[in-house]
Amino acid sequence: MHVTINVNGEEHGDEVEDRTLLVHYIRDTRGLTGTNVGCDTTSCGACTVLLDGESVKSCTVLAAQADGHSVTTIEGLADGESMHPVQRAFQEKHGLQCGFCTPGMVMASVSLLRENPNPTDAEVRSGLEGNICRCTGYHNIVESVLAAAERTTEAAE
Amino acid sequence: MSILGTRVERREDPRLLTSGGVYVDDLREPALEGAAHVTFVRSPMAHARIEAIDVADAAAMPGVLGVFTGADLDVDPVAPGPGLGGQPLPSAMARPHLARDVARYVGEPVAAVVTETLAQGEDAAELVSVDYEPLDAVVDVDDALRDEVLLFPEAGTNTAARSGERDESLFDGCDVVVTRRIENQRLAAAPLETRAAACAWGDDGRLTMWLSNQNAQACRDAVQEQLGLDEGQVRIITPDVGGGFGAKIGVDPDAVLLGWLSRRAGRPLRWSESRSENMVAMTHGRGQRQTVTIGGDREGRVLAYRLDLVQDLGAYPLMSAFLPTFTGLMAGGPYDIAKVETTARCVVTNTMSTAAYRGAGRPEATAAIERAVDLFAAEVGLDPAEVRRRNAVRPEQFPYRTATGLVYDSGEYVRAIDAVLEAAGYRALREEQARRRSEGAIRQLGLGISLYVEITAPNNAEGEHGHVEVLPDGSALVLTGSSAHGQGHATSFSMLVADQLGIDIDRIQIVHGDTDRVPAGAGTMGSRSLQLGGSAVHRAAVDVREKGRALAAELIEIDEADVELVDGDWRVRGAASVGISWAELAERARDRGGLAADVHFVSDSPTFPFGVHLAVVEVDTETGGVEHVRHVTVDDAGPVLNPVLAEGQRHGGIAQGAAQALLEHMSYDTDGNPQTANFADYAIITASELPRFELLHMETPTTLNPLGVKGIGEAGTIGATPAVQNAVVDALSHLGVSHIDMPTTPERVWAAINEA
Amino acid sequence: MIPAAFTYRRASSVDDALALLAEHGEDAKLLAGGHSLLPLMKLRLAVPEVVVDLGGLPDLSYVEDRGDSVAIGALTRHHDLATSELLGREVPLLAHAAGTIGDPQVRHRGTIGGSLVHGDPASDLPAVALALDAVLVVRGPAGSREVPATEFFKDFFETAVEPGELLTEIRIAKRGGQGWDFQKFTRRAIDWAIVGVAVAGDAVALVNMGPKPMRASAVEAALAAGASPAEAAEHAAEGTSPPDEHNASAAYRQHLAKVLVRRALENARAR
Repeated sequence: MHVTINVNGEEHGDEVEDRTLLVHYIRDTRGLTGTNVGCDTTSCGACTVLLDGESVKSCTVLAAQADGHSVTTIEGLADGESMHPVQRAFQEKHGLQCGFCTPGMVMASVSLLRENPNPTDAEVRSGLEGNICRCTGYHNIVESVLAAAERTTEAAE
Repeated sequence: MSILGTRVERREDPRLLTSGGVYVDDLREPALEGAAHVTFVRSPMAHARIEAIDVADAAAMPGVLGVFTGADLDVDPVAPGPGLGGQPLPSAMARPHLARDVARYVGEPVAAVVTETLAQGEDAAELVSVDYEPLDAVVDVDDALRDEVLLFPEAGTNTAARSGERDESLFDGCDVVVTRRIENQRLAAAPLETRAAACAWGDDGRLTMWLSNQNAQACRDAVQEQLGLDEGQVRIITPDVGGGFGAKIGVDPDAVLLGWLSRRAGRPLRWSESRSENMVAMTHGRGQRQTVTIGGDREGRVLAYRLDLVQDLGAYPLMSAFLPTFTGLMAGGPYDIAKVETTARCVVTNTMSTAAYRGAGRPEATAAIERAVDLFAAEVGLDPAEVRRRNAVRPEQFPYRTATGLVYDSGEYVRAIDAVLEAAGYRALREEQARRRSEGAIRQLGLGISLYVEITAPNNAEGEHGHVEVLPDGSALVLTGSSAHGQGHATSFSMLVADQLGIDIDRIQIVHGDTDRVPAGAGTMGSRSLQLGGSAVHRAAVDVREKGRALAAELIEIDEADVELVDGDWRVRGAASVGISWAELAERARDRGGLAADVHFVSDSPTFPFGVHLAVVEVDTETGGVEHVRHVTVDDAGPVLNPVLAEGQRHGGIAQGAAQALLEHMSYDTDGNPQTANFADYAIITASELPRFELLHMETPTTLNPLGVKGIGEAGTIGATPAVQNAVVDALSHLGVSHIDMPTTPERVWAAINEA
Repeated sequence: MIPAAFTYRRASSVDDALALLAEHGEDAKLLAGGHSLLPLMKLRLAVPEVVVDLGGLPDLSYVEDRGDSVAIGALTRHHDLATSELLGREVPLLAHAAGTIGDPQVRHRGTIGGSLVHGDPASDLPAVALALDAVLVVRGPAGSREVPATEFFKDFFETAVEPGELLTEIRIAKRGGQGWDFQKFTRRAIDWAIVGVAVAGDAVALVNMGPKPMRASAVEAALAAGASPAEAAEHAAEGTSPPDEHNASAAYRQHLAKVLVRRALENARAR
């Protein structure tokens, strides 16, 4: 079938199999391999992208369901050379190790902060419970999100 | 000021954060152009005779390039490696690449399907029809020990290895003796990136294989050997690796087979397993049934300790047939115990094989003795922290020779205990606990302590290779056999070189995980990277610096003692304007073999980091629910090269350690069916289940390497697990609960309260 | 993992969806948020030949004030339920429970209709709908019919929605001021409930205590007879037949049900 999906600000028309999952469309059709697949039960969140600005697990969305919508992946988050505040905070607070969960974790964090710009430690933890990280113990991920929130709030003031 | 010890942000991160890493499945190499996909058909039976395999329907599916079974292979099964203490294992227990006559665990590969696309592979694999004749499955190690059903009848027994002698007089003279059976349950390593491989044969007849792995060099040797290739015919590249945790140390038969299939199919191939496959077919960790016996006097002095363990090997003996050797060596832990005895038996069962998982044999030792010390403390009526203080090896005893024959290099155990108790406010916590107990509160408080010492770089004798070179553009190149999968070598190793050469870390390139570029190496495992790999790189950098000094002195025509490195340039002491840059030196050194040094660093002995973990939990006595509310630790691994990275290692370890205590269990039913075969059922810990971690800092150097460092990678899983488990038991001790096996699930907690 | 091949059809209206269902019969599956269906399809536990996507029906996503009641379109997402001011004021139990489902990504996709029609006894919203005496509007070729929640859940993964029919709306009487509580006992925050309890006034419903979501009738009867929450909660296991598997034994679930019902009733009364 034919789908038209806006990926990272650019509209693309592509032929896909009806059964194509959004994550495979992103990785294989669009060649954006930053988004990873970590499980097959909608559990780990490694494949998290923004669909119309909200976090979703792209392994549990058909490409066909995204037809006519916009998708933002990790590759589309930075503003040119300038990293998004969440990306910068992850680097500063060492919120990643092997990096495999990171794109999904960052996208989930971006969505979380859009819905709750000043979260508490506990709200960050529950806001990220759909994303598994096996390396960091989450401590520095939570620090990263809190730091990004603080920076974003400061910038807005 | 030296860059060492400072908080340097990771150089790896901008790429990982903006475009994502390049893991095996992300590779778009020209050599992999047009690669076909491999899908494995895996046994749904734990133990069955394979009567027939019909591949006709699968072979007729669209996009199928070939369907292969064990009968097609001309590759020998993989002979088992060394067992306990290096003893040979029964050759009958060899592991085939594809099961041939008998399937021995759910998930064992029985056929491989090669297709144009991944989806076609999944479609075709469903149509491979295997006729299984079920056999009785052996799942529990106690059943396996009975040898009533044998996995390998030719071997005559399920026990692949045993060690240790029983001394019946071990506890003579002890006033108090406590014994207890303890389960150290099977876990899934569960790196976020599953196993993945890709390969291509070149026109030169060489096989290049990209592999998600911790040790490229060992994989090269294994692939060459298993496929009957000559030395030099295989190149292994480990690109970004999405976590390993020990389960990506060896190359698995499924991956090796890719090389064979690629030659048969005449195509480059890719394989990236699903999580559901990974959970049943990647090696699991732990899996020990232990019986601890601890004896001592009424003053809380431990006099003798015995650990009897049975290691569940899974279907084919892999590294876990050796790992209990470490458990035995470390059995006595950080305590000055005169008599320590371990017996070990390793048995095969109809489950996935076990192998290394973060700590690999040492967490099992710590979990056992730290539970035993708590049981002993309860019996003599002393505070568990105090019993640890009374028995810990004292600073003046180092180097300390253990009853098991090891020599601990250095430690300050009691100081570490006191630091943690102080920071946690131990006395106030005990008062709060007493208050809740007297009130009969529903939410009880539990405090769990573990004092641990671990062995890091246990394969110290293999050493590690390091190459440092200054290039004519003034940048530096580092080749290391130590290979990162999240640890941050590109940052830490370049700090070591920057420290010696004064070259900015952004101009230092770290290369690892490519056997053509780094032929020698032993990879990353056993917390060995910095102490061995780092020491090699450090020494090589020192050598390059001295070569630079000599050449600079020669070119400037003064004495070597009169040149010094200032801000990355060689200058004449006291004459700031006269100097020569690294770039110039490297250019001038071109025809003299360059400014490079190779060092193979070998340590005489492993190192022994130590630490203390204090976990605070709240237990809901009505539901059995446990909340981990605080975690305070010292993890002393000597001088810290980069606190950012060291803390990250500790954090991750604590989470995995707490997860073993509270949540995770790779479980099988009595017929050998996995019950936790995906991420919905296997309870990986998430951010919501963990507190912020409170880390304290201590540095007790070792003299065994020039950096004075020990390993930190496994500290958390070794220290945190018993601390959290002890905390759960402690919360209920006033009700008469003395032990709860891991994971301390709400139902087990509830049952323990009921039974107490 | 990838679903087996199927034909994707996007419904342009409720009538179109019904026509597609009529056309393809048993071979067709409706896709709302997809968070129940797609995981099963990836594991190839569900292999529909035709998938009818309802995602293009924005007119089924709403939370509306209807005077004495609130009407919710079947395609309203959990996230929208959780953040709806109207629900927060008038049916806070539903808003709260919706906010505890899965994780944020799941709540951004999963829908109330999908969750109810799936009929999973382990999921939260069916029990909530039961406790709230919701009325479910089911549309078929012959028109719409109203089904009380108490008659909606038939058996294990089986509801009153017949093949060829579609759940379109959920109606709930306003509950402003009524005591409520939702207790969900899980191992990890993201897990399905081992046991859950929804309380709205003196109505009590249980999650994962039998083959279908159920009202705790014995508890309700005890309350009606004047029992205290603690006394009534002792009846929580009566009439239940919870699953007995590696996550939790039946006996433990029955124990939990008593504890959680007591807590939920006490919280509801204090609210």
